[in-house]
Amino acid sequence: MSKSQYKWIGTRPDRPDGADKVTGRARFAADFNLPGQLIGKVLRSPHAHARIKSIDTSKALALPGVKAVVTAKDFPEQADVIVPAGEMQVNLRDVTRNVMAREKVLYEGHAVAAVAATTDAIAKQALGLIKVEYQVLPHVIDVAEAMKPGAPLLHENLMTEGAKPAATKPSNIAKRIEFAKGDIDAGFAQAEVVIERDYTTQPVHQGYIEPHAALASASEDGQVQVWSTTQGHFQVRGFCARLLNIETSQIRVTPSEIGGGFGGKTVVYLEPLAIRLSQKAGKPVKMVMSREDVFRASGPAPGADLKVKIGAMKDGRIVAAECTIAMQAGAFPGSPVGPACMCSYACYDIDNIHVVGFDVVSNRPKVAAYRAPGAPISAFAVESTIDLLAQQLKMDPIELRLKNAATKGTKTHYGVTFGTIGMVETLNAAKNSPHYKTPVKPGFARGVAAGFWFNVGADSSAAAHVGEDGSVTVISGNPDIGGSRASLALMAAEELGIDYDKIRPVIADTASIGFNFVTGGSRVTFATGLAVVNSVRDLIRDLKGRAAKTWNVDPEGVIWENGMAKPAGSNVGTFEPLTIAQLAASAGRTGGPINGHAQLNVTGAGPGFGVHIVDLKVDADTGIVTVGRYTAAQDVGTAIHPSYVEGQLQGGAVQGIGWALNEEYIYNGQGKLANPGFLDYRIPVASDLPMIETVLVEVPNPTHPYGVRGVGEVPIVPPLAAVANAVARATNVRMYDLPISPPRLSAALDAAQPRMAAE
Amino acid sequence: MTDIQFKVAKTVREAASLMAAAKGKGRILAGGTDLLVQMKAGMVTPGTIIDVKKIPEMVGITETKGSYRIGAATPAAVIGEHKKLRKAWPGVVEAINLIGSTQVQGRASAGGNLCNASPAADSVPALVAAGAIVTIQGPKTRRQVPVEKFNAGPGKTTLKAGEIVVSLTLPARPKTSGDAYLRLIPRTEMDIAVVGVGVSLTMKGDTCVSARVGLGAVAPTVLLVEAAAKALTGSKLDAKALDDAANACSAACRPIDDKRGTIRYRTKIAGVLLRLATAIAADRAKGISRPAHSQQGH
Repeated sequence: MSKSQYKWIGTRPDRPDGADKVTGRARFAADFNLPGQLIGKVLRSPHAHARIKSIDTSKALALPGVKAVVTAKDFPEQADVIVPAGEMQVNLRDVTRNVMAREKVLYEGHAVAAVAATTDAIAKQALGLIKVEYQVLPHVIDVAEAMKPGAPLLHENLMTEGAKPAATKPSNIAKRIEFAKGDIDAGFAQAEVVIERDYTTQPVHQGYIEPHAALASASEDGQVQVWSTTQGHFQVRGFCARLLNIETSQIRVTPSEIGGGFGGKTVVYLEPLAIRLSQKAGKPVKMVMSREDVFRASGPAPGADLKVKIGAMKDGRIVAAECTIAMQAGAFPGSPVGPACMCSYACYDIDNIHVVGFDVVSNRPKVAAYRAPGAPISAFAVESTIDLLAQQLKMDPIELRLKNAATKGTKTHYGVTFGTIGMVETLNAAKNSPHYKTPVKPGFARGVAAGFWFNVGADSSAAAHVGEDGSVTVISGNPDIGGSRASLALMAAEELGIDYDKIRPVIADTASIGFNFVTGGSRVTFATGLAVVNSVRDLIRDLKGRAAKTWNVDPEGVIWENGMAKPAGSNVGTFEPLTIAQLAASAGRTGGPINGHAQLNVTGAGPGFGVHIVDLKVDADTGIVTVGRYTAAQDVGTAIHPSYVEGQLQGGAVQGIGWALNEEYIYNGQGKLANPGFLDYRIPVASDLPMIETVLVEVPNPTHPYGVRGVGEVPIVPPLAAVANAVARATNVRMYDLPISPPRLSAALDAAQPRMAAE
Repeated sequence: MTDIQFKVAKTVREAASLMAAAKGKGRILAGGTDLLVQMKAGMVTPGTIIDVKKIPEMVGITETKGSYRIGAATPAAVIGEHKKLRKAWPGVVEAINLIGSTQVQGRASAGGNLCNASPAADSVPALVAAGAIVTIQGPKTRRQVPVEKFNAGPGKTTLKAGEIVVSLTLPARPKTSGDAYLRLIPRTEMDIAVVGVGVSLTMKGDTCVSARVGLGAVAPTVLLVEAAAKALTGSKLDAKALDDAANACSAACRPIDDKRGTIRYRTKIAGVLLRLATAIAADRAKGISRPAHSQQGH
């Protein structure tokens, strides 16, 4: 598709928030302060699993400077109700227990009490004066251990939902889910080649640079204001309203600029505590997590144990595919095992599929969404197995995938039949990329993997206001985590036919715009983009009406072109076009302020597919992996602002590479996290990686006026397997367990040496 | 709440007196790259912070007949920019230049790195290999100790009450000498050594006539591995000598399994790095310039 049909879409202007961010003027959550504010701090569990026998806060309350203390008693019990948390689901009964432990602490770092005091030092001292009596219980960290009969039970009444046969005894398995298509047994009976392997992945943190922080101010009349770092201030409002029994209209949440979220800021931790402390103390309360708190108590993405079995014909056609996933949910049910199961084989058109997932609780922090929740995990196992198949059949890994690629009309194992998708186009783009066409350098090896994410739509509201001079404010309600303000402004400029610089996109607080679902699911440029387009169309309808009034003609006789109202034809009459500035200047005479608005539940999100290529080398002595070249190809629908689309692909790839190579949670024997900091929780640093090359494939989403597909999540799906596949080809040793860290890879290489010598 | 006293010492003796007066609650501030982080993390709460950067003897590099004295508080970046020192002791300088990031280099010092007493300190294995001598000032007396005898365990030095480190002295040595430091980190930057090896050699033709080997991050303190030095000394750095020295390094390891590496991995890597560092040091001894290697594998 040619981009020349657009004036603004596909261009690369500076982002509206850029200048503030590079000059340090942008305000992140910890930059918000109010006169008279108190400092709030959380007392956290030192135990992985313990019953709370008693909490004595009297000494803390007696300390001069301490203005309030809260424990679970300050939060009402919640019903067993499932609500969305970003792209995942949470139970309110669990949410209140996660923000403040009730009967038991379920992980090291679990909040037990919180204080508000006049200074940081007094608040810290007060935490030391709170006496909690614990009965320490046996704990369980690993999924496989947690699933065994006799494992320590986190929730004594947890019965496996969906178990076959029905569960008769409580366990740590919260749920069993199953997806099936075709006849799996017949498929394997037909297969000429069958490969079956087990895999494990480790939990990883989203690694946002900005720790969670919140400032809350509760007034005597019941009003509450909150400033916090979040991907969804409407969700902060909703959670706080439920957890504290406050009407939503009484809570006004203003999102700060956000220093990264990646899914991890779609839930609440500090906000309900800060509000309750503020209500009790009668003063604003500010709370900021330390990096240690972030690691110990905020949601990682889960780790999982997986089994994959794939059957194929000798020509590469996959005829049967199985996958079993046991996924960590953390302390409360609700891992993204569902999407992991659904994404597992979504890249392919396979007749017979059977996928089973288990949601398993253990004594770890409750997992939260992280870019394409669950999908990278199943993709690691599936795409590694497909690579084994390619090796066994001596087929090019892209050709093998092309032979099985999902296309329009493919019915997935989770029930959806694909519309217009770009899996084949993306595979071909990868195959024809400069990277894939370049021979692998000596000493390096090449890995390939694919990935899928649904992308979502959901609820969005937007408004467009014309100022007195004809410049336009575009108002939406999604925190901008990936350049969405620029994309929204570009779409508004395209619709209005005015310059990008004449449009100022802002993110309004919960009281200043209608409801918006979280920034997540790669939905903002797609769904909120549609709301913006519709609000601008509403605005144009109004502008045309003003011109009609000015000319005294029917509104139908006016068209909007290049930022001006024009007569639709000579039969309407001869009038000089009216610019938006002219219409704004005369607005008082034509009906007052000129505003447009739109709100809708957006469906028809276009699924996204990515194919990644990596060239890497392995140092045989040390097991250190060096990535030499990396390319991410992806069907992005239409790249509204190509630089920020490329940035999404690059960022996702880098996070996936970190997941593959070094990131892991290291627990000691007591179930305590040994590496709660960026020194020993190793995300990649800039010098670790080459520039990530991108190939933007544009297969427009037919349900969106500009063809937008979500782009933010797909790029974290392929890297885990792409890296593992390249390591396997570099060393002839396949790593089935992540991370492929130097000690692990070195041990695996050494273990393989005598075996390889014997062969 | 406890107040923190901040004192700026003008002389070494004054600093030592202030340390003694602080009765165990004193902390020396050189670059502060460890101290401030530890204070922020709540790990230490000093009664008195004694700034030593204004003491001329503690900041700067002097050469006397081929021997170099490095003030304990001299910023690593200053050390890295000292051409003659870099030529004489490239291994020591490259090790000191690995402490922290570029920004941290502007403040971090070799004395501070030593006194922080981390077994994984980057500068220490190179200083051990170099045979560096630590000059220590107490309230009354001054003493000297070989660098390998300075630390007692993780976070523990052998400094007595009121004592501070004044400087590090690198001995003069023949021109046909060279040294090197290599560490292994899982990433390329912003990491702490899983193993660090410093090697210093003096060659006569193709024969190694003297050697010292320092080994970090594999025991409670940085080790002087005499068995490895013995294996190299008198050899032509042939395969057997390197095997023996590498095995001696692996044998000297008393590591732990932790978040930074396994016992098995550290033990193996100690030998791997010994071979590589020896090769670089030997080339440098022969006048073949070898660029600083930040770490192995990448």
